[in-house]
Amino acid sequence: MAYVAVKGGERAIDAAHAWLAEQRRGDTSLPTLSPAQIAEQLGRAVDRVMAEGSLYDRELAARAIAQAQGDLIEAAFLLRAYRTTLPRFAASRPVDTGAMLLRRRISAIYKDLPGGQLLGPTYDYTHRLLDFDDADPPPAPQADTDPARTPRVPDILGDEGLLQAEPPSDAEPFDVTREPLAFPAGRDARLQALARGDEGFLLSLGYATQRGYGSTHPFAGEIRFGDVCVEIEPPELGFAIDIGDLTLTECQMVNQFAGSKTEPAQFTRGYGLVFGQCERKAMAMALVDRAMRSAELGEDVTAPPQQMEFVLSHCDNVEAIGFVEHLKLPHYVDFQSELETIRGIRAQAEPADVNDE
Amino acid sequence: MNTGYNFAYLDEQTKRMIRRALLKAVAIPGHQVPFASREMPLPFGWGTGGIQVTASVIGPDDVLKVIDQGADDTTNAVSIRRFFARTAGVRTTTRTQDATLIQTRHRTPERPLRADQILIYQVPQPEPLYRLEPSRAETRKMQALAEYGLMHVKLYEDIARLGQVSISYDYPVLVNHRYLMAPSPIPAFDVPKLHRSSALQLFGAGREKRIYAIPPHTDVEPLAFDDHPFRPIRAPRSCALCRSSDTYLDEVVTDDRGGRMFVCSDTDWCEQHR
Amino acid sequence: MNLLAARDLGHRYGAITALDGVSLDLWPGEVLAIVGESGSGKTTLLDVLSGRITPESGTVWYRDPAGTLHDVHAMPAPALRALHRSDWGFVRQDARSNLRMTVSAGGNVGERLMAQGARHYGRIRAEAERWLVQTEIDADRIDDLPTTFSGGMLQRLQIARTLVTNPRLVFMDEPTGGLDVSVQARLLDLIRTLVSQLRIAVVLVTHDIAVARLLAHRLIVMQRGRVVETGLTDQVLDDPQHPYTQLLVSSVLQP
Repeated sequence: MAYVAVKGGERAIDAAHAWLAEQRRGDTSLPTLSPAQIAEQLGRAVDRVMAEGSLYDRELAARAIAQAQGDLIEAAFLLRAYRTTLPRFAASRPVDTGAMLLRRRISAIYKDLPGGQLLGPTYDYTHRLLDFDDADPPPAPQADTDPARTPRVPDILGDEGLLQAEPPSDAEPFDVTREPLAFPAGRDARLQALARGDEGFLLSLGYATQRGYGSTHPFAGEIRFGDVCVEIEPPELGFAIDIGDLTLTECQMVNQFAGSKTEPAQFTRGYGLVFGQCERKAMAMALVDRAMRSAELGEDVTAPPQQMEFVLSHCDNVEAIGFVEHLKLPHYVDFQSELETIRGIRAQAEPADVNDE
Repeated sequence: MNTGYNFAYLDEQTKRMIRRALLKAVAIPGHQVPFASREMPLPFGWGTGGIQVTASVIGPDDVLKVIDQGADDTTNAVSIRRFFARTAGVRTTTRTQDATLIQTRHRTPERPLRADQILIYQVPQPEPLYRLEPSRAETRKMQALAEYGLMHVKLYEDIARLGQVSISYDYPVLVNHRYLMAPSPIPAFDVPKLHRSSALQLFGAGREKRIYAIPPHTDVEPLAFDDHPFRPIRAPRSCALCRSSDTYLDEVVTDDRGGRMFVCSDTDWCEQHR
Repeated sequence: MNLLAARDLGHRYGAITALDGVSLDLWPGEVLAIVGESGSGKTTLLDVLSGRITPESGTVWYRDPAGTLHDVHAMPAPALRALHRSDWGFVRQDARSNLRMTVSAGGNVGERLMAQGARHYGRIRAEAERWLVQTEIDADRIDDLPTTFSGGMLQRLQIARTLVTNPRLVFMDEPTGGLDVSVQARLLDLIRTLVSQLRIAVVLVTHDIAVARLLAHRLIVMQRGRVVETGLTDQVLDDPQHPYTQLLVSSVLQP
């Protein structure tokens, strides 16, 4: 029967998967990429996959990138599906980004500051010229590392009372992976969702705020990138133990705020914190975080970046790709109903045209 | 059977969380219960809600049937059936009467179900009002207050403009005279099968993180007007293979000269009636 | 017996006093106008009376058709919303904010009937048509979208949509504001006719003394959140006692 051919069937699926595996491997005369090579040489891709996959493991992320043929959203999806089955042992103590072992730290709002500006490894000042030289680069010069005090720039403003303080809380934060999000969502839930959110989506929304759609008048107070240690405090011990290091990028935007009758004029903060070296994502996240605070700060909510429900419902790329791409699943039953309905409506409008068998 | 994962993939804590949501859903028929949907190894929108519900209720003695568009051999049905064969090692079947659990996308089987069967629907959009009011914060309020006038306005507008209601699938229904519910994108033709069914019907929306249910023998009424009653739509033909004249039919294009043939969408029904 | 009663209402926005010791009664079928300049608290009073704002002090009572009194601000949200869909109505200055602009005129008028459980398309449509005619809109516009209507028509459509459930009490906020003078006159005439025919009680907020004179049986004059004068419309307007009322009356041309 002709119609059987349009249905998948087990053998067709097996064959498709075999073809995919072959395509993924490519020309077998070339050596297979190892996860170690990917982790070392495609570090930014690994960082992005860890951030959006919300699982900090360079080796697994590198493996996922190879398995997904470099499709980073697909790789993040692989990590998410792996992560979801992992048991949880403990919640860590909040990491202290003020004690970060810095590899980069810049502030746009002070020319110089305690601890200095530290450029670190960045593409910012490179010329975007394709490099045809495959030779290994010479080793970078080593500075005499000076373990200077490097306070977070917003803390300097905060000491003067010029930056709105965030209310401290000992409550266990909301967990977007364990509880369904409800609106309006707390800042903890918002920041988590943004930290896992799609870099491209947040970049576009952040960009939109700069073009007037939910303007936040941002200054890049500080961007820092480096390593922090993660501590957990097992109840049976009663003190914290160090379980390892994370590489993080933190961005704190300092935004204008006119003040109100009850509050003196002060700056407000947009906050971004992302796994790995994802500066663009951290900045976009900080812009969008601040935009979503518009309602609580008494500003008009007029643009999508300010609409919490809109941003949070659509920032997750694993959810988005699934639903967009599900359109390629068969829908012929629904379509058949639409066909019959539209035929019915047309028949009603033009009874003469009906020619049923 | 694959090792490395728990029975039916999900860990027991997650299953308990989902079962609590299911119990609540059964207690409040048609009401959408939020649940902490997990990432699954299949994409959101491809049945993750149904899979999580199935994973939470399936036991080693269950016999599973999976259909998509009414057919057991569509790609996604095959993929999900294999997933459970691999992770739960359960028996699978294509025969509706032999299954204890049936996971479905877009159809309700033609054969009436029994009290010892559970039908699990995959749901893309659990909120029936979302096309009229996109804010889920607002629709939740409308559901809480049973303010469904807006949906009737939509039906009114359809009749005023087109002479009939234009909703042909995912037809809004009122469950137990209280909650407005999306029956998932099953054709309107299938809606009467939901009414007072002997089987428990569960609905899982993974991406939207909602679970809801129709307990057995519950009233399920499609929205309609007294003078424009609900009409289940099907192609007015008989199946070319089994001659059934009261089943939902797929239209199969046989050539590029307008050739058409109509066959049962429920492939199991069709095979058993030839 | 009174339909609506307010006792000692007080409300502030920061340092601004919006309502200060306001009490009033409204009787069935009575049109009560609240006049005053912008900032006098009249819109806040309307929002408090209709349950949209909870005042800092004081109480608003509503007597339902069975004679039972309800504290409007203590009513559960579903009951208050049901009241707004049935026994009460609200007519706003901006008709667009109260209409569904993507739904036909018939659908707009029929919505409240459907919300109340009407399930017969033909009867809903007939009733919508009757109300369009009552509000001087051509019956053959029933399937047109409000986006094709003029300002005066939109306001009349809003009135049809509100009155279709035969409310006992309608709140009106500057119902003729922003319309041309000739359009205003026609609309005022329509409102007066309908309100007296249907014996609807109205709380009308307006800054326009002429509108109050034409529609209202009784008048409340507000200044800085307080009621400075109250009485029968003609009596207050022809013989104003309070200096502020005298100022208001002298600032408009006498009819």
